[in-house]
Amino acid sequence: MDVSFQLTTPTSRFGRDEKIAMALIGVGILGLIVALFGAGSTFPVASFWVSIGGLSLGGALYIRTYLKRPAGIDNDGIMFSSATARGMLGWIFGIVFTGFYVLLYWAPSNLEHLIRMTDPLSWMMRGQPADRWFLYGFLYTLAVLVMGARMIVKYRHNRYQILRTISVMFFQLGFAFIIPYLLVLFNQPEFYFHYFWPLKYDYLWPGGVDWLSGAGQVGLFMIVFGAVMFFLATPILTYFFGKRWYCSWVCGCGGLAETAGDPFRHLSDKSLKAWKIERWMVHSVLVFVVLTTVVLWINSATEGAVLGSLSTPFSKAYGFYIGLVFAGVVGVGFYPIMGSRVWCRFGCPMAATLGLLQKFYSRFRITTNGGQCISCGNCSTYCEMGIDVRWYAQRGQNIIRASCVGCGVCAAVCPRGVLKLENGPREGRYNGPILIHHDTVSVQLDDAWKASRPLMPPAQEDIPVLTDADWAQMSGNGQGVVTSST
Amino acid sequence: MSKHVVIIGNGIAGVTAARFIRKLSDYRITMISAETDHFYARTALMYIYMGHLRYEDTKPYADGFWQQNGIDLVRGYVTTIDTEARAVHVGGGRAIGYDVLVIATGSQSNKFGWPGQDLDAVQGLYGIPDLATMERWTAGIDRAVVIGGGLIGIEMAEMLHTRHIPVTFLVREQGYMDYLLPPEESAMINAEIRDHHIDLRLATELKEIRPDDQGRARAVVTNTGEEIPCQFVGLTVGVHPNIDVVKPSNVETNRGVLVNEFFETSVPGVYAIGDCAEFRRDGIGIRRIEQLWYTGRHHGKTVAQTICGRRAAYDRGVFFNSAKFFTVEYQTYGDIKPKPEDGTETIFWQDEAAKKLVRINYAADDGRVLGFNLLGIRFRQDVCERWILERRSTDYVLKHLRQANFDPEFYHSFKITDFENRTRP
Ligand SMILES: Cc1cc2nc3c(=O)[nH]c(=O)nc-3n(C[C@H](O)[C@H](O)[C@H](O)COP(=O)(O)OP(=O)(O)OC[C@H]3O[C@@H](n4cnc5c(N)ncnc54)[C@H](O)[C@@H]3O)c2cc1C
Ligand code: SF4
Repeated sequence: MDVSFQLTTPTSRFGRDEKIAMALIGVGILGLIVALFGAGSTFPVASFWVSIGGLSLGGALYIRTYLKRPAGIDNDGIMFSSATARGMLGWIFGIVFTGFYVLLYWAPSNLEHLIRMTDPLSWMMRGQPADRWFLYGFLYTLAVLVMGARMIVKYRHNRYQILRTISVMFFQLGFAFIIPYLLVLFNQPEFYFHYFWPLKYDYLWPGGVDWLSGAGQVGLFMIVFGAVMFFLATPILTYFFGKRWYCSWVCGCGGLAETAGDPFRHLSDKSLKAWKIERWMVHSVLVFVVLTTVVLWINSATEGAVLGSLSTPFSKAYGFYIGLVFAGVVGVGFYPIMGSRVWCRFGCPMAATLGLLQKFYSRFRITTNGGQCISCGNCSTYCEMGIDVRWYAQRGQNIIRASCVGCGVCAAVCPRGVLKLENGPREGRYNGPILIHHDTVSVQLDDAWKASRPLMPPAQEDIPVLTDADWAQMSGNGQGVVTSST
Repeated sequence: MSKHVVIIGNGIAGVTAARFIRKLSDYRITMISAETDHFYARTALMYIYMGHLRYEDTKPYADGFWQQNGIDLVRGYVTTIDTEARAVHVGGGRAIGYDVLVIATGSQSNKFGWPGQDLDAVQGLYGIPDLATMERWTAGIDRAVVIGGGLIGIEMAEMLHTRHIPVTFLVREQGYMDYLLPPEESAMINAEIRDHHIDLRLATELKEIRPDDQGRARAVVTNTGEEIPCQFVGLTVGVHPNIDVVKPSNVETNRGVLVNEFFETSVPGVYAIGDCAEFRRDGIGIRRIEQLWYTGRHHGKTVAQTICGRRAAYDRGVFFNSAKFFTVEYQTYGDIKPKPEDGTETIFWQDEAAKKLVRINYAADDGRVLGFNLLGIRFRQDVCERWILERRSTDYVLKHLRQANFDPEFYHSFKITDFENRTRP
């Protein structure tokens, strides 16, 4: 840093409501700890209500305090707060989250009493006792719902954010929690309709297909549904809307990132180096999962004759390093340190696939508004995918990046109304720097030229829907009236 | 040997000039600046204090960018410009020779000789050093007074507000920025300021600032004789060209460094751009001194052409600007005067509760659209600019309004029917 000045801690106004909210959250955390050390088994119902009730109620009360401030972008103090600026609280959160994943995957017996606490709910929903995955699913859904409510209140002036957040909350609650467990209750496979290969890789691995087809008609339907969603619906939807239809509207990983991860979105690395690593890594994972899938199928078709036992270590390695360590431990555990989209950006093969489609075959782009950018950096800073949005915006260039999940926060935080997420024709989507066309140097728009333009007669037609031709004119390079020779 | 271009000031004007000279030539480029090692967005100063951004986040280019593009950076203050020897002196010592000199030294905050204006805890807001002092003087205080109802004043009020410091905001005019904004826009911003619990005092001027025993501001006195106790005074009454280093040189100055439409000064090979330049006559720019981010960028781009052998005059184009007043975004395109003018008509719509406003001005004679003012609504610059240049009629504009809409998806798209109860203020 080439300047140094001391930042004093801002005086904060911590009112009565905030205090009550924090107290309730404290009770909730204490409840969780007590449950973990035994109370969860002895008094499951009481433990559940004290801990979950405390957390939810405290969360809700805290969220309500946002309403005291006028609606609008509210990022005050984010860079000073210990929790959101990699301070002590941030590291504590990071360690707790990471530790939870480690216990969950490799030492679940330590979580035994917590799991028991969710027994009553598990019996109610799926007619059997809870296990670690039920506990995990429950806490995950709770986090999406409570922090989703926070997101909605924080962005209550922005309908795009509200609808998008409702959507991820809906998919998490319905498709990742209620439906799979109802299926279990009715003795059907626990199937997640909103996850497809390659994110949920085993749905198209021989083992997974066997498991589903063993469940008869319903299972067959699930196999076909998953395949159709990936091979047909995904390219079509991505063509029309970009990657966002999935990553920031449907996906559960995205759902957690967009809700619980929102306070940490600015921690993503914006450097060119990170972008390079990202491209290598995410596409390697895609290659890895495709290879693994192919190997598994060759193996299963030839009954091991060709590749022998090679496929087992392959699939185990993928499941362990990618499925568990990357997606879970690093992906969520490191939120407070590396930002909310580490997995989505560096590891998710579904995101990689969608990204390739988005880059080469989609109508989606982020349009920049002429020369209005003041290079302030809000857009880049609050991009959870680490895209240097400003780099494009300040040269008046559309932003089309494989990694963009279309969360729309750059457009929301921009203080000059420079960015707009749009779907439009593909021609001219990658426009060059068009800034030059706005404050052009070489164009001679003298008065004689202006006078030579006849006054356009008023149009007779009704309010037109934006046609592709309009679009091309508006966003094409220099096709508008003001042209430039540069 | 290729030419050596020396640029004083690494603000938006100097940096844009450097970038475009690099695009167009292989000249040696040296950029000398005193404030920071690297270019940062001055426009984002407020966000550092508010905790939205860190200083690093306000740098539009990575630190390695300059070296990669062959732009040498020198951190230091230029103390003399010697046009005879074609050299500048940095820090009173080291001389750097030039073939071409670009002066892009920006602005300084105004002070109008008020008693007490040099006390401790009285300051303007222009650069990083101001942010550092503002941090120091506003720690733990219980009231601040901001003087001057311009763009920086309202930013300072918002900054203090986010630190929970009660603010009294003295504005000389009858309404916030009513010298630029029509009365309805001004009224909407007045309301926005008050909705953030800022103690807005319209038609109120500063008379003096009173010190405590340590020489720190303790109160301001207004023209009504009222004394307002405070521990910090923001003096945001505009800026003027920062030409301290140019004045003693041979380069002709007035309020700023005098230039023609090619940004050429009175001395061959010496140019001035950005906030510090002053056009010799009216009609070249929107005003003689243009103090905007966009204009600085445009100056830089234009002068680069001339320096690289394609002499290009400044073409100011269709005016545009934008700002954000607390939570209300403002965009303007074309020509909107604060007071109605003969021959100009207005179509107007507003939603006072939601703080949204659209004003379209047009010529009474042929109905051609002249300009747009928008609060809380985003329009496309391309489209507005095109309509103005093509002299589109208001009927056409109203019918095609959706083409201009730039609000996020799922927002209410502004339509002709919104104007059904159009008012003519
Ligand atoms: C708080 C704030 C908010 C603003 N917001 C907006 C906005 O939203 N929109 C908008 O259009 N405009 C805005 N502006 C105005 C805009 O930032 C300026 O018009 C623009 O930055 C001027 O650029 P410049 O390159 O001419 O000069 P500057 O950015 O001032 O750069 C000049 C540099 O030269 C250095 N320098 C000066 N003299 C010497 C010397 N002798 N030797 C070495 N170095 C020297 C200075 O230290 C400075 O760093 C804002 C200004 C401020 C202060
Ligand atoms: S696009 Fe908006 S947020 Fe991004 S740098 Fe430009 S003005 Fe700032």
